[in-house]
Amino acid sequence: MSFPPLEITRPESGNLKLILHEISHALSELMATGNERSIDLRGIPLAPGEEKKLLESLGEGEIRAELDALGKSRIQESRYSGVWIVTHCNSNGEIMGRFIEITRSPALLAAQTEDMAAGLDALRQLIATGTES
Amino acid sequence: MNKERTLGEILRQQGVSRRGFLKFCATTASLMALPPGMVPTIARALENARRPSVIWLSFQECTGCTESLTRSHAPTIEGLIFDAISLDYHHTLQAAAGSAAEQARESAMKENFGNYLLVVDGSIPLANAGFSTIAGTSNLEILKEVAKGAAAIIAVGTCAAYGGLPHAKPNPTGAVPVSAIISDKPIVNVPGCPPIPVVISGVLTHFLTFGRLPDLDHLGRPLAFYGNNIHDRCYRRPFYERGQFAESFDDEGARKGWCLYKLGCKGPVTYNACATTKWNNGTSFPIESGHGCLGCSEPDFWDMGGFYRALSEPIGLSARTVAGGAIGGAALGAASGLLNRKKKAEALARHEKIGVDELKDGETK
Ligand code: SF4
Ligand code: SF4
Repeated sequence: MSFPPLEITRPESGNLKLILHEISHALSELMATGNERSIDLRGIPLAPGEEKKLLESLGEGEIRAELDALGKSRIQESRYSGVWIVTHCNSNGEIMGRFIEITRSPALLAAQTEDMAAGLDALRQLIATGTES
Repeated sequence: MNKERTLGEILRQQGVSRRGFLKFCATTASLMALPPGMVPTIARALENARRPSVIWLSFQECTGCTESLTRSHAPTIEGLIFDAISLDYHHTLQAAAGSAAEQARESAMKENFGNYLLVVDGSIPLANAGFSTIAGTSNLEILKEVAKGAAAIIAVGTCAAYGGLPHAKPNPTGAVPVSAIISDKPIVNVPGCPPIPVVISGVLTHFLTFGRLPDLDHLGRPLAFYGNNIHDRCYRRPFYERGQFAESFDDEGARKGWCLYKLGCKGPVTYNACATTKWNNGTSFPIESGHGCLGCSEPDFWDMGGFYRALSEPIGLSARTVAGGAIGGAALGAASGLLNRKKKAEALARHEKIGVDELKDGETK
């Protein structure tokens, strides 16, 4: 049996352009004042396929980093320097949240004081005893 | 596990790095519909949060609410929230059974009297206490007893919040919500049939983070999740505004993704987070699959006059009026809401309870 081809039309929420405007305002604010912004994509109504379209519009820039803590997170610079896409997954690889961060460098990339302190302890122990804690 | 340890200590002990913790806080802020700017505040609060004791009671229910919760983003983020609370009694999830289970509940109540959170799913039958019992004790008795020492009660699901499906006409069991019985404790309603999993854990997280219950609307629902109606956040709204409606489930409008208002969508009178939080780990929500909202987070949604009847139909709006109303879309939504409430009040006034009289004599305790 053959079926007629399925016609799928993509409705539009009209919000894609608004998000791009918001990003461009945030980027000019970052340059002028240093203020950072983050946009939670979960809070914005998007039609099926629109998030993908948004990510395509933002493209991929020079830096991509992967964080491995409580599941993977992907930190990707967009083709517009200063605009980052941060995607958090749980350990099943399911997306827990996606944020557009407008910043020179997402906070998660920087080493954290608590982690450095723990690392320093472990390093000292290694030097003193030859074994890791 | 030691209840005196803070969440920060528990996470560190589990080997979660500070980066992991910040990631946890970012997704938690998103979960609670808080702006990303709140992440540092949440991090500070969660770092020092202590584990509350939780007693979960299930009454006249289908276990869908517990199913929903346990199907949430397990195991990490939601799992951590559950590691952070002490779920002392939940007769579906706990390992203990029979008198050992009841003992666990009693000792949790004694140890944490005045401080534990009581979570309830399911409605309470008043027509005949024997309709629903746990270990031979009626739901009414258990609820009253456990509520006494609770700091607050979270009514999970439309059954516990508003009576739900058991309360649907003709309500043979005389089902009532928690709020019809308990009046001296703060009650948070988390309706939905079932509620969105992250909304359930979001309310628990809010309590953990801020040590108090979230702000509520006039129906006792947390504003963070139920502050907008489906219609306000629906991606099909532009079609509504332009008066472009699907008239049947297989017409051209349906294929083009037009508004489902005329096919009975209750989005304009339904307050819930589906349109943005979505279901199945953020995959989609019913309107994305081409089906209107049923209104499951509203009181008496089952008796709203039919899932496939347009909200405007009972009040005599013609198709032209609907299209005309689309110019002032929000206003029409609000008007339908008011009229719908009137309709609901009338339906409520007509409520007959049948089929229970003959059982009344058989009440247990
Ligand atoms: S009536 Fe329903 S489908 Fe139409 S815009 Fe409102 S919520 Fe969306
Ligand atoms: S879309 Fe409507 S009926 Fe469906 S789950 Fe959400 S509130 Fe309930």
